[in-house]
Amino acid sequence: MPHDVSNTSAKATTPGGLNVAVLVSIGRHPLTARTRRADQDARAVEMALTLQSASVSLLHAGQQDSENEEAIRGYLGMGIDSVNLIEQKPQADVIPALAKALRASAAQLVLTGTRAETGEASGITPYLLAEALGWPIITGLAAVEKIEQGTAVVLQALPRGKRRRLRIRLPAIATVDSSAPPARQSAFGPAKRGELAIHLEPSAIDEALGAWHIQPARKRPKRLKIVKASSARDRFKAAAAKADGGGGQTLTDVTPEQGAEAIFKLLKEEGVLR
Amino acid sequence: MSELVRRDPRKAWIARNRLHPQHLEVLAELGGGAVASEWMGPNGVMRRNPHAVGFIGPNGIRRIDRSGAQQAAQAPGRSVEAKDARRHVAIDAPAFMVAVVPDMAGGRLSSHDRDLLGLARQLADADPAQPGAVVAIVFGEHKETAFGEAGIDRLIHLEGERFSGYLPELSVATLQGVDREMAPRYWLLPDSSVGGELGRRLAARLGERPAAQVWQVEADAESATGWRCTARGAAGRNDITRSLPRIVLALAECADPISETRHAAEPINLSHGLPDVLGRIEDMGEVAVDPASVSLAEAEFILSAGNGVKDWDSYHHAAEVLGATKGASRVAVDDGFMPRDRQVGATGTWVSARVYVAVGISGAIQHLQGIQSCDKVVAVNLDEGCDMVKRADLAVIGDASAVLAALVKRVEQYRAEQQENRDAA
Ligand SMILES: Cc1cc2nc3c(=O)[nH]c(=O)nc-3n(C[C@H](O)[C@H](O)[C@H](O)COP(=O)(O)OP(=O)(O)OC[C@H]3O[C@@H](n4cnc5c(N)ncnc54)[C@H](O)[C@@H]3O)c2cc1C
Repeated sequence: MPHDVSNTSAKATTPGGLNVAVLVSIGRHPLTARTRRADQDARAVEMALTLQSASVSLLHAGQQDSENEEAIRGYLGMGIDSVNLIEQKPQADVIPALAKALRASAAQLVLTGTRAETGEASGITPYLLAEALGWPIITGLAAVEKIEQGTAVVLQALPRGKRRRLRIRLPAIATVDSSAPPARQSAFGPAKRGELAIHLEPSAIDEALGAWHIQPARKRPKRLKIVKASSARDRFKAAAAKADGGGGQTLTDVTPEQGAEAIFKLLKEEGVLR
Repeated sequence: MSELVRRDPRKAWIARNRLHPQHLEVLAELGGGAVASEWMGPNGVMRRNPHAVGFIGPNGIRRIDRSGAQQAAQAPGRSVEAKDARRHVAIDAPAFMVAVVPDMAGGRLSSHDRDLLGLARQLADADPAQPGAVVAIVFGEHKETAFGEAGIDRLIHLEGERFSGYLPELSVATLQGVDREMAPRYWLLPDSSVGGELGRRLAARLGERPAAQVWQVEADAESATGWRCTARGAAGRNDITRSLPRIVLALAECADPISETRHAAEPINLSHGLPDVLGRIEDMGEVAVDPASVSLAEAEFILSAGNGVKDWDSYHHAAEVLGATKGASRVAVDDGFMPRDRQVGATGTWVSARVYVAVGISGAIQHLQGIQSCDKVVAVNLDEGCDMVKRADLAVIGDASAVLAALVKRVEQYRAEQQENRDAA
């Protein structure tokens, strides 16, 4: 996808455009465990960059060290000049700092990923921010259709590839998941040139974290098929039987019309006919 | 009548001993006063009544045991019909509440919901002296009939105009009302796309820190709540063990579903009225998506074709009219009628459709593996004995093209009726 840096910075100065803030975090590659830009956050940046006449600003709150800086620069390489970096202690709860920064900024739409790739990764940060700011929040943003009179008409991705159209009052928070368009490549040059605007903020230490016990994920035990039968005969039947639907209805000697009617009834009951 | 079978060991011994002078008498007596099967005729000839031989087995079939060993063990007049052995449980004065908000995907309790209800029961029934009640909150219309079997004691069903569509703000305000009224000890929600969102909204609203992606809950005397949970963190790479918080977003298979008890599922109403919410999110309805663009693994409704389909044009037409995503068996793919990415089965795609219509597919094990997680399977086949018919919830025995053509006609008629209604309105 062609893009250039000057274009985005030109957008940033457009008066009357939409102010979009994207919250970005440090990702971790699932196989190599190297830090990288988080996949869903990168998709959120991509979504923001494809919005018409929007000025995009990135916000990250967290610890600042060389490894994290490299990951953050991954977002800069997507064609963005600078990232606002709020420095926090490693054990800090970043909600107060983020809420303060968002309140101070003129952002009308805040995009985030659904769930982080490191830490607790409970995916509750956007909701807490929405609650703290008193803004509405929607999940699974797939596309922004139009922005008009302080509202946005958006498409929400539902499971099974479905979409739902929503109108939300701005300012609002929207989370982006893996059904959003994939992020563009991060280019090395712009990533190196981009600026990290560092702000210092007092950290609110997350005390509950201390009481938790964190270890590498164990494999989940596979659920066994437990046969609860009262007699040996039933148990044998359950063990030896081939899969049969059980209670399935078989229509023999019917005309195609009768068969079609039965299928039609089932399809309608299940609500798959639109 | 008492269910207990009383045995007389002396009679049983006589029944086993074929040389005992009272053998036949006793057998007849044990056989429920039935006629003796063998007796000495008036002129010294042994007479037999073949109908009186043997006993009725547990599945209603007459069994003949020539060793004589079983004869004594038969239980006269024992009822053979299968009884619902599940225990009825009613909790009248619960010590506390465990609230569950099931997803109700497709209007029914999903397997994820059932697992979650199993977990809720674990939490509620931990102390038999002070049992808790599981209250389920269901939004919108549903088709579920077995709430009690899934382990629900109380049911709050919020239905009507106000609860149709996507209403996250109203739902969370309602749950907040439930929280104020009942103060459940725990809130359990499935960590799926629907329940996960609602649970996080609720947690943010109530100011509780939830545990997300929980896959195991164990009793733990050292923890403040008496329970400890294990949750996945860091995109599934870590396990976080902590004491169980009030709001739990649990993964599928977090506990075993309920199978041994039945519960009341007594409907209750909220005493306070429903909250008025200023809606800042307006649902403008679902958008029609092209079913062909939906990936097979995700599709909700699949029309799958196999070797039994001869008229491919009419099959493609049917899929378009029905609005179904297309699938195929391996044979249809190998023969070049369908693209490779449409193959369902062990070497193709594992599908999770809610409705899977298999047209002319025999149901080879490699194919059946791929449709394990489908809810409703419909088979159209000529062969009544094939495995797909056995797996199917509805099987229509008939020629594929004839049935498809009739189905297309029926659906087109339905569409026309709908259009008329819309025009009239
Ligand atoms: C290693 C391995 C992996 C495999 N993986 C897969 C896989 O991933 N997916 C897969 O699908 N298969 C797979 N197979 C192939 C599988 O074993 C079967 O051969 C295949 O699924 C059969 O396809 P079918 O049911 O379409 O054809 P058939 O077995 O030929 O069945 C055709 C059915 O159509 C019915 N029929 C015929 N005419 C009509 C008519 N006019 N109207 C209605 N019904 C009619 C017949 O009664 C029959 O039941 C695999 C095999 C192997 C060895």
